[in-house]
Amino acid sequence: MRQQPRWKLYLVLLVALGSIYYALPSILGGGNIPSWMSQKVIHQGLDLQGGLYLLYDVKVEEAVKQAANNMVDTARNVLRKERQRYRGIEQVGADRVVVRLTPKSDAPRMVSLLKEEMRESDVEHFQPEAQIRLTLGEAEKEEIRKYAVDQAIEIIRNRIDAFGVSEPSIQKQGKRRIIVQLPGVENPERAKGLIGRTARLDFKLVNEKADLGRALEGRVPPDSLLMYEERGGREGDKQEYPLVVLKRTVLSGQHIQNAQTTFNEYNEPIVSIKFDGVGGRKFSQITGEHIKERLAIVLDGKVQSAPVIQDKIAGGRATISGSFTREEAHDLAIVLRAGALPAPLVILEERSVGPTLGADSVAQGLESILIGGVLVIVFMVLYYKGFGLLANLAVMLNVSILMTLLAVMQATLTLPGIAGAVLLLGMAVDANVLIFERIREELRLGKSPLAAIDHGYGKAFSTILDANITTLITAVILYQFGTGPVRGFAVTLSIGLLASMFTAIFVTRVVLAEFVKNRRIKKLSI
Amino acid sequence: MQIFGKAPHFNFIGKRKLAMIASIVMVVLSLGSLLTQGLNFGIDFAGGTLIQVRFDKAMDLAPVRKAIAPIELGDTVVQSFGAPEEVLIRVEKQGKSNEAQQAIVNDVMAALKPLAGDNGVEMRRVEFVGPQVGEELTEKGMLAMLYAMIAILIYISIRFELRFALGAVAALVHDVILTMGFFSILQKEFTLVVVAALLTVVGYSLNDTIVVYDRIREEMKRMKRQPLTNIINEAVNRTLARTLVTSLTTILVLLALFFLGGAVIHDFALTLLFGVVIGTYSSIFVASPLVLWLDPAKRKKIADEAEASKEGA
Repeated sequence: MRQQPRWKLYLVLLVALGSIYYALPSILGGGNIPSWMSQKVIHQGLDLQGGLYLLYDVKVEEAVKQAANNMVDTARNVLRKERQRYRGIEQVGADRVVVRLTPKSDAPRMVSLLKEEMRESDVEHFQPEAQIRLTLGEAEKEEIRKYAVDQAIEIIRNRIDAFGVSEPSIQKQGKRRIIVQLPGVENPERAKGLIGRTARLDFKLVNEKADLGRALEGRVPPDSLLMYEERGGREGDKQEYPLVVLKRTVLSGQHIQNAQTTFNEYNEPIVSIKFDGVGGRKFSQITGEHIKERLAIVLDGKVQSAPVIQDKIAGGRATISGSFTREEAHDLAIVLRAGALPAPLVILEERSVGPTLGADSVAQGLESILIGGVLVIVFMVLYYKGFGLLANLAVMLNVSILMTLLAVMQATLTLPGIAGAVLLLGMAVDANVLIFERIREELRLGKSPLAAIDHGYGKAFSTILDANITTLITAVILYQFGTGPVRGFAVTLSIGLLASMFTAIFVTRVVLAEFVKNRRIKKLSI
Repeated sequence: MQIFGKAPHFNFIGKRKLAMIASIVMVVLSLGSLLTQGLNFGIDFAGGTLIQVRFDKAMDLAPVRKAIAPIELGDTVVQSFGAPEEVLIRVEKQGKSNEAQQAIVNDVMAALKPLAGDNGVEMRRVEFVGPQVGEELTEKGMLAMLYAMIAILIYISIRFELRFALGAVAALVHDVILTMGFFSILQKEFTLVVVAALLTVVGYSLNDTIVVYDRIREEMKRMKRQPLTNIINEAVNRTLARTLVTSLTTILVLLALFFLGGAVIHDFALTLLFGVVIGTYSSIFVASPLVLWLDPAKRKKIADEAEASKEGA
């Protein structure tokens, strides 16, 4: 064994000290890290610290439908402005609006005007029926879908921020899915209600002329809708009251500037909203024109309340009452402030772990690591004596490098991740075993101790490389195709494999070389 | 301490026909079970809802079943989980909508409250997987396995030779089938975590196989004039001490995990324990003989050899 360059020893010492420096904070845990130490601790997955994981699917087609619905209004406005008579404008299917003109109307001019107004749609004219068909273009629909997902993420983020969750994570997955992770949430049902609620607010006038009895039989006037209002106290004794409202939304939630919980004269929680400039003007105009009529406040298709307009309301303020609990009112204010989701969300996958289970898992996981580790350490010393100590040093350094990398990369440690680490303990020993068995073989062949060490490392090298690389390949593929906890496992496994190659091949050899330097070794402790 | 003072001389390759019969029997049993009763897919793959609760006292399962019976959940499994206070309720995927599945958790918790008083029951874990996601996970799992095999095939073909690659992959397929068969026969719940374990078995088994192959390659250079049977025997024997020590240390850790790691990790450890044993067996008795069988030139040589030894006798 030739004299080794000094830098190798320094590198090993540097790695050892560095990894201890970075690994210690995670061992000490949360609050008690001295200020001179790195503040980066290993990020624990939701299965370890407790919390809520949600995978949402954004119903993007609903956003497309809504966009087509908006075309109805636009088309109506265009025709009204031109004082054109028409027989009807209606949405057909998800992405098409049909305008039926009267035979006398100036169809070609309307087509060009509508084209001008709605550039993103295909406008076709069917001569004999005097029909104009407006169809959303493919590119436009794709844009709407993408916007719906991005907008939903933005709104979910605002809602969660207002709710107050530390370190939430909201990510887009694929084209139309959203992953929400909320560590430490203790009331998953409430969080779900807050995130998943569409919160589409519409103000619609009540159709006072309509006959409620006939509407209930299914004969609703074409310009109206049959809706229900929920009234009454707490769970159980809530009752639904039918109501006929005009289809047209006179004012919508997008004009809300702020929303807050307040209390009415009976000390019941209500939500008071403030409109922006445009909304305030509209609101004052509507209330001015419809005194003594009822205005229905519709939230997600359900009438919250339908108060009679007493007077013109200026100043852009309104209140929403309903039989809310304080919590409900508070959450409603949050969702109204953050805005409506452009499309409904559906939960595809949900995992919630209570904080006590997470803590139990960590305790048990760490305990089994410790005991498994001690068993291996004892075995190695019994079996390889002095070299066993060396291997143990390497394995401990290995664990500390693993912890360092997990902390620095801010990777997430999950339960399967801990399991992966435990398994690595067993496998990290393998590289050392390969080398030591080779050294023993060489010794049996009668080689001198130093030559045996040299040959042992040399010959084991390619085996270790091949064996670790193939395992690494599986880990990488696991990461690529896995989700959640499996990914955590793959990350831990990959990092651990790399660390074990470094410690087994490089570190032990450098330490060994330092040990046998200047000594005439006759016998190896192996 | 050493297992073998000198390199042992077991005739592993001589037992290859016995091993082949044993492997075929095990594979047939596994496939038979997989085809007839299949895997007991957990909600990760089948879709459904899982609720883990803890009572403040040990709880019999009968009253729990009785309490949730009125909810009409359909196919429901109620079992103890780890400790007598912990109860796991698994509701299979139903024809119901996602929303209806979602409501299950509230209904179940409400039904359990009378059993233990308001604060006597704690919701420890809820998992809900929609049917769509379950299908995707199954597909992804299968693909991961397939891609892993292909990648390994390519890597070993480059580093060794094609027949080694084929041998290694055949050994892997063998190990995966047996481990899945093990799960099917015991009807243990097959979850995402088990898939992670299965892939780790692949990694471990491969590790073992590569170590033996590496030695075969080395001995081929050293013992050029020897028949391949002797070369393989020599390689397996020379790596035997390492194989046993590594299996032992890994099993030590896995046993700690199995007994102390907690209920969530239990099946993971079980899969790995089974896999490590099978992986070790397959690297000696499946992967190594396959190198012999997959080489036409060498096989002829063996036949000649056998002929010669017969004539000599």
